[in-house]
Amino acid sequence: MLAIISSPSGLEQLWFSLIALLWVGYFFLEGFDFGVGILMPFVSADDLDRRVVINTIGPVWDGNEVWLLTAGGATFAAFPLWYATVFSGFYLALFVVLVALIFRGMAFEMRHRSSSERATRWWDRAIFWGSALPALLWGVAFADFVHGVPVGANATIGGTFFDLVKPYALLGGLATLSLFTLHGATYLGLKSEGDVRIRAHGVAQRIAPITFVIVTGFLAWTYQSARTMHHVGLVPPLLPVVALIALAGVGWLVRERLEGWAFIATALTIVAFFTTLFLNLYPNVLVSSISPHYDLTMVASASQPYTLEVMSWVALIFTPFVLLYQSWTYWIFKKRVARPGAASEALRDTTNV
Amino acid sequence: MSLLIAGISTLSLARWQFAVTTVFHYLFVPLTIGLGLLVAVLQTASYRTGDAAYERMTRFFGNLFLVNFAIGVVTGIVQEFQFGMDWSKYSVFVGNIFGAPLAIEGLLAFFMESTFLGIWIFGRGRVSKRVHLASIWMASLGTILSAAFIVAANSWMQHPVGYVIDPKTHQAVMNNFWAVMTNSTFIAAYGHVLFSAFLTGGVFLLAVSAWHLRKGHDLEAFSKAAKVAIVVTVVTAIATMFLGDNQAKMEEVQQPMKMAAAEALYNTESGASFSIFTLGNLQDNPILQVRIPHILSVLATNTWNGKVQGINQLQKQAVHQYGAGSYVPMIWVLYWSFRIMVGLGILLFLLGGIGLWLVRKRRLERSPRYLRFATWMVLAPFLANSFGWIFTEVGRQPWVVNGLLTTSKAVTAISPGYVAASLIGFTAVYSLLAVIEIGLMVRLAKVAPAVEVPAEAERDLELVY
Ligand code: HDD
Ligand code: HEM
Ligand code: HEM
Repeated sequence: MLAIISSPSGLEQLWFSLIALLWVGYFFLEGFDFGVGILMPFVSADDLDRRVVINTIGPVWDGNEVWLLTAGGATFAAFPLWYATVFSGFYLALFVVLVALIFRGMAFEMRHRSSSERATRWWDRAIFWGSALPALLWGVAFADFVHGVPVGANATIGGTFFDLVKPYALLGGLATLSLFTLHGATYLGLKSEGDVRIRAHGVAQRIAPITFVIVTGFLAWTYQSARTMHHVGLVPPLLPVVALIALAGVGWLVRERLEGWAFIATALTIVAFFTTLFLNLYPNVLVSSISPHYDLTMVASASQPYTLEVMSWVALIFTPFVLLYQSWTYWIFKKRVARPGAASEALRDTTNV
Repeated sequence: MSLLIAGISTLSLARWQFAVTTVFHYLFVPLTIGLGLLVAVLQTASYRTGDAAYERMTRFFGNLFLVNFAIGVVTGIVQEFQFGMDWSKYSVFVGNIFGAPLAIEGLLAFFMESTFLGIWIFGRGRVSKRVHLASIWMASLGTILSAAFIVAANSWMQHPVGYVIDPKTHQAVMNNFWAVMTNSTFIAAYGHVLFSAFLTGGVFLLAVSAWHLRKGHDLEAFSKAAKVAIVVTVVTAIATMFLGDNQAKMEEVQQPMKMAAAEALYNTESGASFSIFTLGNLQDNPILQVRIPHILSVLATNTWNGKVQGINQLQKQAVHQYGAGSYVPMIWVLYWSFRIMVGLGILLFLLGGIGLWLVRKRRLERSPRYLRFATWMVLAPFLANSFGWIFTEVGRQPWVVNGLLTTSKAVTAISPGYVAASLIGFTAVYSLLAVIEIGLMVRLAKVAPAVEVPAEAERDLELVY
């Protein structure tokens, strides 16, 4: 679009960063929710274990999901064209994500109230698929943003569903799927007690190497294509290296039972991973695979300064409160979740960090 | 790209999808807002008096509240994204203005609701009683705030203010945020929406309590709950009717076509009569019609012989202003949805009024016919809410943003196959959810609350889910 010539204003840059921050925050937080949901069948021996697993995220998952809603709302307000193009263009993928999130959310609230064993099993499936599908599809979508989709002259995405599932995008999906699963494993290691905790450690150690391979492959491909494609985005060398170093350490940290550090390592990987993607995108918000002239730029898709100013004030005033009380809930529920009656057993266990 | 399959356009599919998903979302929302507040009130009563009956009621209705809340949340996620999916041209056109309240709603309201509700559910026994009580109040405040921002966004579509049209991009651009948030339409609608939500909560509380009173379960606790509910029902029914009437008078000025269609008033009249009921054709040859003289003029303008504008005149005026086309919404939908809403409002007022009389006579617990009636009336507020919105939204047609953007120009340019797939998908998923949800609500509502909280339940505190 013609806006390639004009460079983004300070306000536009601010809102691009804030939206990036919301998405990064969302993936950091909901990332472990997804991971916990994916791992539930693999770290539980019985129903009580499954309840332990779900209760580790019980008080916080809904608050974590609001990061997504706010990211969506903020994109709508600050970059209407981005919102409109992406969500209409990724129609079916988004539909699948929404249905997945619906079933997952319902399952948390309904599973322990279900009237039969069979119903409980169905809710368990809803939790697994409701976590796994978004974990995969968000990665596919973000890879597509960076690598390009058939955005045409009038800022709508043409082509078919299969234009969105190219090898690079699929690798991106596998990267987030494995990364979130690992993140969920380190979270469970930190937040659960007893057998679940031990099994979570086992899983983390097993999947850390393969996650490392996938993520390295994906980031390398991102860099390689960033250099060869018509690419104007930023390609900072340090960030992905941080991501990879942190990721490389996870297996070892878990083995040494440095559970807090292991969680910080997966968190850091996710933050560096998505920040890399957003920097890569800048100053576009969506890359066109048809022609660089059709790239959707920040400038072309942004709202007028007045709207951005109003939003900035609102964000400035209220974000601190939100961060404060959200952190406070994590503080309230900082205790590990254990099987009922297992509390005394827990006390004997020593914990690092 | 073809925008038609088998004669069904993307537009009509998208409209159906929006109607289905939004009406569904709004089945649960008013109960969340209303019951949330009532649970907070019950818990406060329990905290203040130490009365175990209030404590039982808090837990009992708190449980129902949570089940209902969950489905409001998951269907809300769809709402947040479907503007972009199905109405992308609309999104681009209004994003500067409409997006702001939506984003603020997330930041201010949804974080508050979800976080404090998490504390409320999982914090019992872990945080102090005061903090626990405060958390339900904060969650309730969150629901009330979230309604504010979304209704402000909707009111802007009904009555756009605080904007200019950018000559370059042809988008609506905000130039006065304060005007958007103090839109007269918003102030009027917000009051009516809030009180109809409280009314919904009150009637629900009454209906469930009435069922248990009839079955003779926990008489002490349920008659306390029923009394609270009856008072709430009377007060909020009056407020809802009053605020609704106020809104109608405002719409007579701001959206006269909507109100003319609501009355099927084809020609401008002074001292217009109000029709209560019509059989047959609304336009020229009704088979049977019950009318009250002058009342429409009084309702619309507050004067006996006030002039009420008719559809034909308004249509001519609109053609003059906006060019050729039909500016008349679906009259039968408006005529009937308005009557159903108002009729149910009056019925609910009667429900509360009779209840109050029985309470004063100390006969409530021994009036099985009233109790049965009260239980069935649980359906009324949900119907009234749905028809109220159908009235509001269908009445705005053919505009999506009144006077600025027509619905047909708002829809995404996408093949109808996608929309058909998601429409079928959402309808199927939502039907399934409705069966599960309503089944569970009814099951939970019928279980008599345990008078003694069993010891092992206390021990199980760790595992709430
Ligand atoms: C329990 C629910 C309930 C009840 C009993 C009523 N309403 Fe209502 N009404 C709503 C729930 C509702 C609503 C769902 O909340 C709406 C939809 C949009 C809005 O602002 O509120 C609404 C809209 C709405 C509108 C449309 C406003 C617009 O288009 O902007 C009018 C004129 C009225 N109402 C008037 C009334 C009157 C005169 C009533 C009773 C005598 C009444 N309502 C009872
Ligand atoms: C307050 C937030 C709301 C917003 C922002 C909103 C916005 C919209 C939009 C964008 C459309 C689509 C275009 C159209 O068909 O006109 C629409 C239509 C519709 N909405 Fe709303 N809506 C809101 C609340 C509701 C609620 C709560 C209900 C019902 C309970 C509702 C019922 C409908 C119906 C039935 C239509 C279809 C009308 C038609 O196509 O003729 N709306 N609304
Ligand atoms: C069509 C426009 C609408 C959109 C985009 C929308 C969006 C949402 C979203 C994203 C949620 C989930 C929040 C969470 O995860 O905690 C939600 C829930 C909620 N919405 Fe809506 N909504 C719409 C219509 C309405 C209307 C008309 C009202 C009230 C008048 C309303 C009131 C609420 C409330 C109180 C909740 C929280 C409680 C619950 O989930 O039941 N919404 N909405």
